[in-house]
Amino acid sequence: MAMIREVFKHLFKRPVTVKYPFEKTPIAERYRGKHEFYVDRCVGCGLCARECPALAIELVPSDKNVNGRIPVFYLDKCIFCGQCERICPRAAIRLTKFYELASPDRKTLVYSAG
Amino acid sequence: MSYYQVPIGPQHPAIKEAFQFNFILDGEVIVDVKPRLGFVHRGIEKGMELRTWVQGIFLAERICGICNVPHTTCYCLAVEKLYDIDVPERAKYLRIIINELNRIHSHLLWIGILGMELGFHTLFMYVWRDREKVMDLVEMISGNRVTPSMNCIGGVVYDITPEMIPIIKRNLDYLEERTKYYKSVLEEDPSIRARTVDVGVLSTEKALDLCAVGPTARASNVKSDVRFDDPYTLYDTIDFNLITYDTCDVWGRAMVRVDETLESISVVRQALDKMRPGPINVKVKRIPPVGEATARVEAPRGELLHYVKSDGKETPYRAKMRTPTMANIPSLCEMLKGYHIADIPAIVASIDPCYCCTERVIFIDPNRGEKWVWSYDELRNYSRKYYGVGV
Repeated sequence: MAMIREVFKHLFKRPVTVKYPFEKTPIAERYRGKHEFYVDRCVGCGLCARECPALAIELVPSDKNVNGRIPVFYLDKCIFCGQCERICPRAAIRLTKFYELASPDRKTLVYSAG
Repeated sequence: MSYYQVPIGPQHPAIKEAFQFNFILDGEVIVDVKPRLGFVHRGIEKGMELRTWVQGIFLAERICGICNVPHTTCYCLAVEKLYDIDVPERAKYLRIIINELNRIHSHLLWIGILGMELGFHTLFMYVWRDREKVMDLVEMISGNRVTPSMNCIGGVVYDITPEMIPIIKRNLDYLEERTKYYKSVLEEDPSIRARTVDVGVLSTEKALDLCAVGPTARASNVKSDVRFDDPYTLYDTIDFNLITYDTCDVWGRAMVRVDETLESISVVRQALDKMRPGPINVKVKRIPPVGEATARVEAPRGELLHYVKSDGKETPYRAKMRTPTMANIPSLCEMLKGYHIADIPAIVASIDPCYCCTERVIFIDPNRGEKWVWSYDELRNYSRKYYGVGV
C-alpha cells in the first residue's frame, strides 16, 4: 500500500517503454556494435585473430597486403568486447554503433572487406 | 512420523544457474534441506587454462552476468600481482566507480526480484525502471549496458571524460532520491513486512559458523566486507559506512542492500571528486612471470576470490574462483529450516543467489505413493495465494 500514491502519480503518464522498431533509444557514443574494417590500412599481422576471446576472427588469404592475409569477422560468434579494435596497431578495425544484427541465416553474419 | 520429500530444481531456463533443493517437509514446515550442486558446470576454470591471459578477462566477465565487473576486477588484480605492477591512481578510481555502479545495479535488481517473489509487481516494475539510469551510465562510460569490459591487465580501458561527470552526478542524484523512496517503501509497506520480518532468520553465531559472506552476513550483524577488511584499489581513501543490521531476517537483508546502494552512490561521488587526470593503464608484457597470486574483491553478493598460477606460458597454468553464492549455500539451508513452503521464494531470493532456478517441484507423499509436479511459477503462485497477495 505504501506505493499507492506513486501508482496514481503515474496513472496518466506515458509508459516509459518505447515502441522499438519505430522508435529508438539513443545509443551511447562508445557503443560497441558491428565492425567496420578498413582493408587499405590492414597489414595482415593477425593480432586480432590471435587475441579474439570468442574466436570470431579468422584470417583468410588475400593479395591486399604484404602478409597476404586479411581478417574475416564472424559476427554471430562475436561478443563485442572491443579487443580487436584496441589491439590493432594500424587502427584498421573500428566498432560502429550498428546493432541490428538479427538474421535468420548466420551466413549473412560473416563480415569481410572482400 | 512421515515426512514429505520435495525436490526443487534443478532447471530453470530463464535464470542463470540451475540448482536443486531436496526439502524434507513435515506438512507445510521445512524440517531439513539437502542442496545439490553442479548442474551448470561450464568448465570455466578449464577454459581459462586454454585461453591467453587477456582472453581470460573476457571469460571471467562471463562467469556471472550481473556481477561481471567484480569478476574482471578480481582476475586483473590477481594477474597484476603476478606482474608485480602498480596500476595508475586514476585507473584505481575508475575501477571503484565501475564496481560501485555495478553494485548499485545489482542491488536495485535484487530489490525488484524481492518484490516479484513476494507478488509485489509494482515495486518490481518501478525499481527496474529506475535501474535503467545506472545501466545508461555504464553504457555511456564503457559502451555496453551490462558487460562493460572495462578492466584490462594494468588498468582500465575507458576513461571518464569531464563532460560525463555532470551526467553521472545528475543520474546519481535521481537514483539517490528514488532509493530513499524504496527504502521507505520497504520499511513501511505492511505486505512486505508481513512476508519478510522474522522470516529466514540466521543468527549471528550461525552466520559465523557457516561462513556467510556479503549482505547475508551483514544482515546477521557480522562485520565482514572486503572493502574494509582488505582494501583494494584505494577503497581505504574513501569514506563510507559498513552497513549491518541485527534483525537477521529477510527484511534485514533487504535493508542492508538498500543502505549499501546509498553508500555506493556516495562512494561514486567521492571517487569522481578524488580523480586526478593521468594515465589510465600501463602496458604489460604478454606473458606474466612464473608465480601464483590470489585477489579478493567485494562483489555485490559477497566476497569473491580469484586464484591464478603462471608457469611462464601464454596461458594460465591454473585459475580458480570462489564465488559468493557458493559460500552462502550452507547459510541458506540453515535459514530455510522451520519455515513454510510459501516462504521458500522469499528466503531463497534473500541471499541474492545466482541461480533461483527452481523450475520444477516434485511433491512426493510416501504414504499414498502420490507424486505431483509444480513449476516454479506454480510454487510462486501457491505462495502468493497462501499469503493472499498479488495473485
